[in-house]
Amino acid sequence: MLNLSKKNSQPEDKTERKSLFERFKEGLSKTKEKLSSTLGEIFVVEKLIDLAFLEELEEKLILSDLGVETTMALLDPFKNKILKGEPVTTSDLKRELKRISLNLLADYEKPFPPDGKPGVLFFLGVNGVGKTTTIAKLALKLKEANKKVLLIAGDTFRAAAIDQLKKWGERLNIPVVAQQEGADASSVIYQGLEKALREDYDFVLIDTAGRLHTKYNLMEELKKMYRVMDKLVPREKRVNLLVLDATTGQNAISQAEHFSKAIPIDALIITKMDGTAKGGIALAVSHKYKLPILFIGLGEKAEDLLAFDKEAFISAILPD
Amino acid sequence: MFENLSERLEKALAGFRDRGKLSPDDIKKGLREIRLALLEADVNYRVVKDFLARIEARALSAEVLESLTPFQQIVKIVYDELVNTLGGKAQGLNLSTKPTVILLAGLQGSGKTTTAGKLALFLKKRGHNPLLVSTDVYRPAAIEQLKILSQKINIPFFDASPSEGALEIANNAFKMAKNTGRDVLIVDTAGRLHIDEDLMEELQSLKESLKPVETLLVADAMMGQDAVNVAKTFHERVGLTGIILTKVEGDARGGAALSMKEVTGCPIKFLGVGEKLEALEVFHPERLASRILGMGDMLTLIEKAQEAIDFRKAKDLEKKIKKMQFDLEDLRDQLQQMKKLGSVRDILRFLPGLGNKLQNLPIDEREILKMEAILNSMTPQERRNPHIINASRKRRIAKGSGTTVQDVNKLLKSFEEMKAIMKQFKNPGKMQGLLRRVLGI
Ligand SMILES: Nc1nc2c(ncn2[C@@H]2O[C@H](COP(=O)(O)OP(=O)(O)OP(=O)(O)O)[C@@H](O)[C@H]2O)c(=O)[nH]1
Ligand SMILES: Nc1nc2c(ncn2[C@@H]2O[C@H](COP(=O)(O)OP(=O)(O)O)[C@@H](O)[C@H]2O)c(=O)[nH]1
Ligand SMILES: [Mg+2]
Ligand SMILES: [Mg+2]
Repeated sequence: MLNLSKKNSQPEDKTERKSLFERFKEGLSKTKEKLSSTLGEIFVVEKLIDLAFLEELEEKLILSDLGVETTMALLDPFKNKILKGEPVTTSDLKRELKRISLNLLADYEKPFPPDGKPGVLFFLGVNGVGKTTTIAKLALKLKEANKKVLLIAGDTFRAAAIDQLKKWGERLNIPVVAQQEGADASSVIYQGLEKALREDYDFVLIDTAGRLHTKYNLMEELKKMYRVMDKLVPREKRVNLLVLDATTGQNAISQAEHFSKAIPIDALIITKMDGTAKGGIALAVSHKYKLPILFIGLGEKAEDLLAFDKEAFISAILPD
Repeated sequence: MFENLSERLEKALAGFRDRGKLSPDDIKKGLREIRLALLEADVNYRVVKDFLARIEARALSAEVLESLTPFQQIVKIVYDELVNTLGGKAQGLNLSTKPTVILLAGLQGSGKTTTAGKLALFLKKRGHNPLLVSTDVYRPAAIEQLKILSQKINIPFFDASPSEGALEIANNAFKMAKNTGRDVLIVDTAGRLHIDEDLMEELQSLKESLKPVETLLVADAMMGQDAVNVAKTFHERVGLTGIILTKVEGDARGGAALSMKEVTGCPIKFLGVGEKLEALEVFHPERLASRILGMGDMLTLIEKAQEAIDFRKAKDLEKKIKKMQFDLEDLRDQLQQMKKLGSVRDILRFLPGLGNKLQNLPIDEREILKMEAILNSMTPQERRNPHIINASRKRRIAKGSGTTVQDVNKLLKSFEEMKAIMKQFKNPGKMQGLLRRVLGI
């Protein structure tokens, strides 16, 4: 079976894993030299840590968008130890922080992509996060695995959004089901799923219009799309993916909360990890809403998508 | 969700009332709360540090320590400094040369193309004759996107093919603007990372060739700590003249705007408040300051209200409130409308200063259902004249609604409280007017 996510992959070739991991880290740290302060810097020598040291670390974590709450939750235990006069060394701290942070990240328990004929991937998120581009990226991966893939242009709102997906379809040689701008998104989805069932597609990737999670009517529209899918494809064969932009700050929490209130979210994809933003808020979101991260976006090309790697992600946030 | 700053201070310094007066130690605690509030609003860590250093002396002044309302004093100091930092008066566009070039730049997906359309419409309404051009030759259908937008608002568009270079397209558009007497050329650019050397060079060459009077950074209000790196680099590379903050109608606190203003010194000029091309507002620092402090933001309310409220009824209600004729019949109407608005708590969160006052009112969703049931069990006559509801009527209403007489009493009491609050706003400013319209209190 095809498996794109790390978690469920068969024991794979060691070198292949390593190179992926390296690409991931490379992508994340491409910019490290550019930043005057890398997290690694403060961990040069093994020593006992003091409160000033923790404060420096706090700064780094907050600057990674981890958020006040998560940062405190991570650092407070060490602070208490120091206040009590217990010695904590840099390597203790490093090891523990890494362990705890890794635990915060939720795991994806099911196979990805879902086996289905068709398996359906439904992409959601606020405006401009990278839904359409990510669809192209994942579609390429599936196609390369010799799967029959169909795209549905469910963003019927934004100007030229349909065109954007169609262009990707042409480039990747993947069919796109679309109606005209202003059409009812649910109806395009229905039409697309019917085609997929009729013509035996392996996977269907559904694009949606970006929507702010605070907009009542747009969230209702999303529920309607979900109900329409219910009619044609059982829930187990569908994965609802919330796309988050790594440059987003604390608002990502509100996004995850509201989107999961509207329809059940299964996993996250974090885009734009090729910039200098560390996407630390994903840690809080993953923990708080038990949402595993499946992929990260590392650029604008169809190839720029990588399976999420917990270790690499954490070590880009925490000191080496 | 985030608490607003006065609530935070109130909580952190709860013990102070017994001692009667704030101590310098209390103030230190208070400053810590301010720091957390700013960080939660996505203000950059280092910017917060500088900001606190600026207000510390004032917070420790006798004026605060001896005040009977120290929280309000502190909040006011923070608020004033925020407004100051965000930049005094609203700043318009500089349209001095002809044709004036406005260059829009920013990260991927920040809202540049939409903002180009919005600015064109904004200027057209003010008697200008803009020309739109897209130099985004990279993203699929990017040029098409702006073309469609320009058709929607009926503004000329310089069409081009992605096979041409960005610079070539821009220069040709400039010539066309000149030859056809357009007085403003609005140039959309491809989204780019500030660390993308090739694309930053492209942007520099656009800047050198077009000599824009305005070079505006279009940035997403939801941005986190990295906003400083982005704004700083764009400013260093191309020299920004202003910032446009987009997607402001959501619930992001927008602290990134403060950071960007701090590191570039460039004024924030406009806010994008929706996907429609009319949704552009001139920037007012006061609003953003209250929002960063979690003290409410009216834009969100307006948005919500527009989506769910029956405006004819709202107008009627406004009249009734003016004459203090608001009755239980209206309350029932309002509850029904409020349900459409989604979570009531969500809405209350956005109300400046009133969160506290309303805390004792039933704002629990289940409570609202209960209230509705009670109101439904009353006769129209009772709803219109609540004073006739005596003990036996109360028993009947309780039975009919499956509640208790206490519940009925509680509702009647809440209603009196609402009326009392309304009276306090006899001379309401615009904000309270809106609040009343939305919540019907
Ligand atoms: N809710 C909301 N959405 C906005 C606002 N401004 C832009 N958008 C949306 O954000 C998304 C991206 O906007 P674009 O104008 O395409 O952004 P861009 O910066 O040109 O994007 P690229 O060219 O892809 O880098 C679209 O879905 C827009 O409709 C705003 O103020 N509020
Ligand atoms: N640098 C970078 N840009 C991205 C990434 N993913 C998407 N983008 C860009 O972000 C912008 C918005 O993407 P789009 O897919 O249209 O977003 P949507 O509105 O959510 O569908 C486009 O300019 C994309 O090229 C990424 O991983 N890295
Ligand atoms: Mg899209
Ligand atoms: Mg664009």
